Amino acid sequence: MADYYSSFEPKGTRWLLQRLTAAFLVVVLAYHFMLLHFVNHAAEVTIAGTTARMSQVGYFITMVSFLVAGTFHGVNGVYNALVNQGLEGTPKTAVKWLLAVAGVMLVVQGIRVAIAMTNLI
Amino acid sequence: MSQSYDRGLIEDFGRWQEFSAGMWAWIFHKFTGWVLIGYLFTHIAVLSTSTVDGATYTMTLQSLESLLVVRILEVGLLAVAVFHILNGVRLLFVDLGVGLESQDKAFYAALIVSAAITVASIPTFLVGAF
Repeated sequence: MADYYSSFEPKGTRWLLQRLTAAFLVVVLAYHFMLLHFVNHAAEVTIAGTTARMSQVGYFITMVSFLVAGTFHGVNGVYNALVNQGLEGTPKTAVKWLLAVAGVMLVVQGIRVAIAMTNLI
Repeated sequence: MSQSYDRGLIEDFGRWQEFSAGMWAWIFHKFTGWVLIGYLFTHIAVLSTSTVDGATYTMTLQSLESLLVVRILEVGLLAVAVFHILNGVRLLFVDLGVGLESQDKAFYAALIVSAAITVASIPTFLVGAF
């Protein structure tokens, strides 16, 4: 029998999505940090440079996917952590919906920001 | 097939001297995860200045980057992100059942590599901050 502990039982859509987004985020988060701190220094970021990057279709899609994946992974991770701490009953339901609404609002605002940064739309 | 076991009250931090590598990995992964999701909300809030106009966006980012404390916090963010990535890769392998006997070593490796990358990045993050 495998001698390890995991916070999750391997079942369900959220369990799978948490791992699929993790695999995606490992690559894109590292790329994001490299590009905006080591290739282009954050102190030198201007709207012109941002617009030039965000007006490339591939980059735009990557960043919006990054936003959606990061928000799901983070919000679902917070929910799992709280459930792991013993959250249950009505507070659990309330937290679930609060996090879901906060996550949707973050994605909507992030897409508004992405659209403001691009010439594609 | 996975098997969970009674790990006791991990929330009892008074037991920290008894924590194994796996317990520390669990705590660090939660802590760095909380920091990263908190930062994501902050990051989108700051980038939202682009919806006002381009000049506001550029001025906001460059004003923030002129503060030494922001540069130091960025180094901290890098440390947190690198550890979460490396330990996350370790967890993916654990979930796949690969290298289970090397979990502790992989955690220590994640710590050492995170520290090395963070220290090596300090000059890049602080350039022009003084």
